[in-house]
Amino acid sequence: MSAQTKTMPRPLAPSEEMPLNAAANKPTFAKTLGRLALYAAAITISLFFLVPIYLIFISAFSPQQAIFAYPKSILPQTLTAETMLFFWNARGVQSALLNSIIVGILTLVFSLLVGAPAGYALARFFFRGRDSYKMLILTTRAFPIVILSIPLAVNYIQWNLYDTLWGVAFAHTAMALPTTILVTSSIFIGVSRELEEAAQTLGCNRAQAFIKVALPLALPGLAAAAIFTFVLSWNETFAATILTQRNRTLPALVLSQIADVGAPLPFRYAAGFFLIAPSLLYIFFMRRYLLGMWGQVVK
Amino acid sequence: MSEIRIQGVWKYFSKGKVAALKDVSLTVQDREFMVLLGPSGCGKTTLLRCIAGLEYPERGRIFIGGRDVTDEPPRKRKIAMVFQSYAVFPHLTVFENIAFGLRMQKRPNAEVKQRVNNAAGMMRIENFLERYPAQLSGGQRQRVAVARGLVMEPQVLLMDEPLSNLDALLRLQARAELKRLLQQVQTTTVYVTHDQIEALSMGDRIAVMENGAIVQVDAPTQVYDYPGSLFVGGFIGTPPMNFLRGTVKSMNGAFALNLGGQPIRAALPANVQAGQDLLMGIRAENIEASAQRSPDAVPARVLVVEPLGSHLLLTVQVGETPIKVQTRMDFNIAPDQTIYLRLEPKQVRWFDPETGVRYDASGSTELK
Repeated sequence: MSAQTKTMPRPLAPSEEMPLNAAANKPTFAKTLGRLALYAAAITISLFFLVPIYLIFISAFSPQQAIFAYPKSILPQTLTAETMLFFWNARGVQSALLNSIIVGILTLVFSLLVGAPAGYALARFFFRGRDSYKMLILTTRAFPIVILSIPLAVNYIQWNLYDTLWGVAFAHTAMALPTTILVTSSIFIGVSRELEEAAQTLGCNRAQAFIKVALPLALPGLAAAAIFTFVLSWNETFAATILTQRNRTLPALVLSQIADVGAPLPFRYAAGFFLIAPSLLYIFFMRRYLLGMWGQVVK
Repeated sequence: MSEIRIQGVWKYFSKGKVAALKDVSLTVQDREFMVLLGPSGCGKTTLLRCIAGLEYPERGRIFIGGRDVTDEPPRKRKIAMVFQSYAVFPHLTVFENIAFGLRMQKRPNAEVKQRVNNAAGMMRIENFLERYPAQLSGGQRQRVAVARGLVMEPQVLLMDEPLSNLDALLRLQARAELKRLLQQVQTTTVYVTHDQIEALSMGDRIAVMENGAIVQVDAPTQVYDYPGSLFVGGFIGTPPMNFLRGTVKSMNGAFALNLGGQPIRAALPANVQAGQDLLMGIRAENIEASAQRSPDAVPARVLVVEPLGSHLLLTVQVGETPIKVQTRMDFNIAPDQTIYLRLEPKQVRWFDPETGVRYDASGSTELK
């Protein structure tokens, strides 16, 4: 998102040059107006997301007393890790962080193990009900997990999965699968079928052709999908909260601290920053692959 | 021995609704260069993929070198295939691309190296071995794809429109080079193309396909001079064969075209009867145009004059039918003039107007 604002001035350059070779296609007034509106909208939307992030960032790196100060200054007076350290050393944070990472990795592994083959099948085979299957995958996302929560918790207690990291990972896997399946399917669509067929004529069986040709070519995209899944699990609060008691993941811990104990502002800001950081990093580095996945050709 | 024998192959798509191949039988001799030619959607690529084992026919058998391979996967068929998109592996260097099949066979390193270098030398890409496909031009990638197939020393080489992605000039050059190369290696080859010039210039024999069936298998000159049907005559040749419809006037008289009673003397097929409709096929280069009226010559009105450098291409109207005529560049003519056409009698072919099938020349009777 920050990169988006960075590149924003650049598209203006061609329109400045335009008068030089403009004889053929002069920018009309309406076109210019349209462009202006487009950029205004883009800037507004970016600000809408960036301002809160910025405020959280400053607060997380300000001394504790500065957090309570009002009115706030836009530029931070002093930058310090004090608030972040306060959060880091708060009770339960480090073990919750470890839990979050474990759950995230488990989710990533499970959803790729189940989702990637499904995505591959969707990309390569035309089977009866293929399109309905795709729709079905999407509709599972439309089903509100809140309704599922009580039966899920009951079942988890019966299955001895309640309050375990495995249990949370399973729930997250179920939530991540639709995206994983659809994203991996578009990754495999991007790997030409002829490449696998060529490998087959050169002595591979289907599995070898997949491993030697399709997999290496899909790997960057799969890595992006995997990290996406990790971030999804990292951010997930609701299921993690209702399915655990002591083995909280980080967002569940933060939520319960705020709701039950009324955690102080510095804790909230630091936690907020800590939680959004992976997503921001992800978006920053993976934009290229995501664009590729979503149909635009990026070389 | 690596002859390919295809027996009564049927292939359906879309859950059995569409027959892509309808009872196709074809034998490709050992070391023969067979071209599968046809418009897009005629089933030529499907047939090639059935030979490769990338598709399995619903009915029929396929033999390679006398062995029934119908149910075998591609890797067991001792074939190599060059794809239209080349299907060069983007994540491997040129060397590893060519070596891919040998590596799968776990050949010793020294042998791999030697054979890859040989194949690369043959395709003149020995200087690019360390590059990745993204750093190559289309023509170079195509060579990598061919080298990757040849290095396997396959019993059968299958090529699916290997030149169609090259630009026109490069294609001309690649065509001649490929022909030289394949004459050199003498591998049984099946080559799919929709480009009739490619087919005529490269093939030992051409199998012309239409709607999932093979309609004619013959040597290029034969396919060109004696098209088996209206479809073949109309598909092969630039311009395609001209067709004129006429009625047999009298058995001992002449064949008359429906254009104001101008009779044409030509060898008619056997067993024709007066009053019967026939289609006459003749190629543009077998019509002689003249500004002077003469007996036997058919009058025609000039519609379009196209100077093509080596010759003039005229579009003229005979009766109601526009046909193409080829003349010398210095033939002085303008649209709307009337010219007189003499049809080379030996080059006239007869077709059944209902079925489109050519009447066999043998047993034809010369009428005076």
